[in-house]
Amino acid sequence: MNMHSLILRTAGHFLLPLLLLFSLFLLFRGHNEPGGGFIAGLVAGAAFVLYLFSMDIAAARKVLWIDPRSLMGGGMTLAVLSGVPGIFRGQAFFTAQWWELAVPGLGKMKLSTVLLFDIGVYLVVIGAVLTIMLTLAEAED
Amino acid sequence: MEIAMAFVIGGLYAAAIYMMLRRSIVKLVIGLVLLSNAANLLIFTAAGLTRGAPPLVNVGDVLPPGPSADPLAQALILTAIVIGFGVLAFAVVLIHRAYEVVGADDMDKMKDTDT
Amino acid sequence: MLYAILSTFVLAAFSPWVHRLAGRYSGWVLALLPAALFVYFASFLPAINAGETVVIVTPWMPGLDIQLSFLVDGLSLLFALLISGIGFFIISYAGRYLEGDRDLGRFYVVMLSFMGSMLGLVLADNLIAMFVFWELTSVTSYLLIGYRNEDPKARKAALQGLIVTVGGGLALLAGIVMLAIAGGSYELSEILNSGDAVREHALYLPMLILILLGAFTKSAQVPFHFWLPNAMAAPTPVSAYLHSATMVKAGIYLLARLNPSLGGTEVWFTVLALFGAVTMFLGVFLSFRSTGIKSVLAYSTIMALGTLTMLIGIGTETALLAAMTFLLAHSLYKGALFLIAGILDHEAGVKDFLQTGGLRGALPITSALAMLSALSLAGVVPMLGFVAKEAMLESVLEAPGLVPVLTLLAMASAILGVAVAAIVGIRPWFGPRVETPKRPHEAPPALIAGPMVMAGLGLVFGLGPGLADGGILAAAARAVNGGVPVETYLSLWHGLNWPLAISALALVTGLLLYSRWDRARERLAWVDIAARFGPERGYDRLMDGIVRISEWQTRLLQSGYLRYYIMFIVLATAVMVGVTAQIFDVSAGPLRLQDLRFYELAILAVMGASALFAVLSQSRLGAVAALGAFGFTVALTYVMFSAADVGITQILVETLTVILLVLVLFRLPGFLGLSPRLIKLRDAAVAMAGGGMVMLLLLSTHNAREFPSIAWYFIEEAVPAGQGRNVVNVILVDFRALDTLGEIFVLALAAVGVYAMIRFRAEDRK
Repeated sequence: MNMHSLILRTAGHFLLPLLLLFSLFLLFRGHNEPGGGFIAGLVAGAAFVLYLFSMDIAAARKVLWIDPRSLMGGGMTLAVLSGVPGIFRGQAFFTAQWWELAVPGLGKMKLSTVLLFDIGVYLVVIGAVLTIMLTLAEAED
Repeated sequence: MEIAMAFVIGGLYAAAIYMMLRRSIVKLVIGLVLLSNAANLLIFTAAGLTRGAPPLVNVGDVLPPGPSADPLAQALILTAIVIGFGVLAFAVVLIHRAYEVVGADDMDKMKDTDT
Repeated sequence: MLYAILSTFVLAAFSPWVHRLAGRYSGWVLALLPAALFVYFASFLPAINAGETVVIVTPWMPGLDIQLSFLVDGLSLLFALLISGIGFFIISYAGRYLEGDRDLGRFYVVMLSFMGSMLGLVLADNLIAMFVFWELTSVTSYLLIGYRNEDPKARKAALQGLIVTVGGGLALLAGIVMLAIAGGSYELSEILNSGDAVREHALYLPMLILILLGAFTKSAQVPFHFWLPNAMAAPTPVSAYLHSATMVKAGIYLLARLNPSLGGTEVWFTVLALFGAVTMFLGVFLSFRSTGIKSVLAYSTIMALGTLTMLIGIGTETALLAAMTFLLAHSLYKGALFLIAGILDHEAGVKDFLQTGGLRGALPITSALAMLSALSLAGVVPMLGFVAKEAMLESVLEAPGLVPVLTLLAMASAILGVAVAAIVGIRPWFGPRVETPKRPHEAPPALIAGPMVMAGLGLVFGLGPGLADGGILAAAARAVNGGVPVETYLSLWHGLNWPLAISALALVTGLLLYSRWDRARERLAWVDIAARFGPERGYDRLMDGIVRISEWQTRLLQSGYLRYYIMFIVLATAVMVGVTAQIFDVSAGPLRLQDLRFYELAILAVMGASALFAVLSQSRLGAVAALGAFGFTVALTYVMFSAADVGITQILVETLTVILLVLVLFRLPGFLGLSPRLIKLRDAAVAMAGGGMVMLLLLSTHNAREFPSIAWYFIEEAVPAGQGRNVVNVILVDFRALDTLGEIFVLALAAVGVYAMIRFRAEDRK
């Protein structure tokens, strides 16, 4: 799977953190501008796939440090849990809840179950893409 | 514009169906890719095509400026695209697995695998 | 009441444990429940005898106004007492009879559930509840008949019984829905008060036919009688229960129950009286020419069922009282006789009358009880059977029509009935001793108790018909008569009259016939040949036909070729959409070409061309590259028409798709030219049909916007309710979050599927 291209390897090294940062940016602004969990997840997934192709599987797994299947499971759990707080307020499952959080130095931050849900989607998408791609890449060897 | 799209989408469906009717399993995969895209475009076009008016609200506003494209169809397609990828991966691997077991690229030779 | 019925099911669930704990006494322990139920039902007797009707309502789904209601009147109480009373003996008997049987635990489960279903059926006030219990009896009796599931004959008999009775049940469901429409209620207690409205309703005839289909199949009336003798494959206690108090009597119960609503018309009388009389005669005739102990008894049950149907059809006060009396008499003697048949099998190992003879000495008590029951079956003084038969003959002579036909059939049946009774009451016990497979000895108390009580009651009620008449029977007859008390009464001695003369004639002729039994059976051998063209043959033909049709359509539709499946789907959809479009006059509308822009057309052209290239390309790499290009034009289209999020997603997925295809497709062989030219043309035609259908669909939706779009709701609420300015994202993660949850679940599932398929292959190789 290693393509042995110096340019690709260098690019992989530099692009992975940049793309991951970009994906987080897409994730957090997604509620107001184009972006969101699906897109951000795909960007992050693609970033890891690029890294996988420029390095090798072991390196990709190492840089990922967590099994993509766990990412899927964690994402699903987070997504389901984000629906729970509504129940405690006597509302339907998945009713969005918003909190204002004052962070010293940064001002007010909006925190919501909706954001948690989007992060869940983000994790599931990364996990699914990487599970598929890594499995296939390993089968290739 | 919807009318031109209708012709293209009809053509895409025809191409996808034709490919899925072939005996070669690789062509089946290509047919699947065409079909899922065609289906997404079908929903997208059926909701109506709007130029230059994304369903985004400007900061401080409550409504988008002027008429806006149908966000519901877009949300539908967005997830459909991602799921389509997952399903395609599943189908491709399944076909590959079937090919390994049966040892043939010919769909007709896979006829008795389910008995 | 609800708890009474539920208790049987609850006990059924726990009966395997009871069985394990109580061991050989499990039959007695479990029989305590029917005994308790009997006492409970008996506590209703004073109220019912005083002419009351008790309706017990239990709210079930109060929000939907659905309730479980039970109706206790003379009729349902008579049945409930029979079911629980005979049930007590059956279960205690079965504990001994099937002792050591590996599946006895399962037997208890099904038996108790069956008993509960029967009780529910006769006590339910709500028609739907009654139907549910009705079907439950079919299902549980299926399990009981097929109890010896290793025996193919038992399985076949069980399935036959199930198909016939459930088939009838289907008709019954349609019938009771119509009845509820006509009667204006699903509660029996209300329907029974609106008899005239039901009888004059336009649906009366179809309703009657459907309900009768249900009752006739259940109660084994001609031509559905064939399943009942086959059901003998069940263990003997089951047969005793099915024949005496339950299952087949369910149909009779239904007819009696609905008599106030449906009865009293010309059709009701003609159909019931004729079918009943024919069934009566055919049953006793077939019984006379059988030799198997259980088969003789089974056919004589058909006779009894026919008699009951006929009496309900005649519908005069005498006839209704006769029916109730006959019902009780038959339950008592038939239950006893079946249990005695079980004793003969268990203690002497005989299953056929021809293997028996001279057993009187070895089984003194059993033989005495058998003779007593046989007297009741023959209708001889002083048994309850005699009283019932006299009343039956009297009602036939007074019938509102068809008197000659009914009298003739009743007389013939009475004669043959005496002969059958002689086979049962004389043949095994008298004459020279025949060697039996087992050394015969008297039965243990658990086996003998049931016959003793039942035969004894037959005698007691016969000597003093007032005991039964003044009590439950009159109340039952009143219920069948629509709440109007019947004016007649039963007695052992009616004076010298026609019924008595017929009885005497029947007794003499019947005994004469019995003395020539062996020769008569030889003479009747032709029946076997005729039976080949009987209704059972029809049933077999029907079953074969169904199997053949399903095989044919499976071969046609399930060819195993993917492309034929796809072809069917595409063509069927195209035809259905096309026909619908024709019907609703959907048109494509005018083509407005001025709306087009050059660069958009160019992108569409590239899209079409790249798709075409992917189709025509001879190399896999070429096809994948074309697909990539195609995907990006699709993404551009989304972006052009204001779908930024979708466009970005499409680009990303397209990239991943190409990588995926490169990873997998090149491990598959290249394209092969597999199809000849003609096939390609055919496929192209199918593809065109499918594509054309989609195109027309899209063109027509463009013109037809019949409902306002719901999109505006989301656009308007995105900021106030969703606190987000990207409406698409707000829909995904807030408004329709549950949908999205399902979608990411599917995605995760697909990924796990890929992982599993590849990993397990890797492990296979190791």
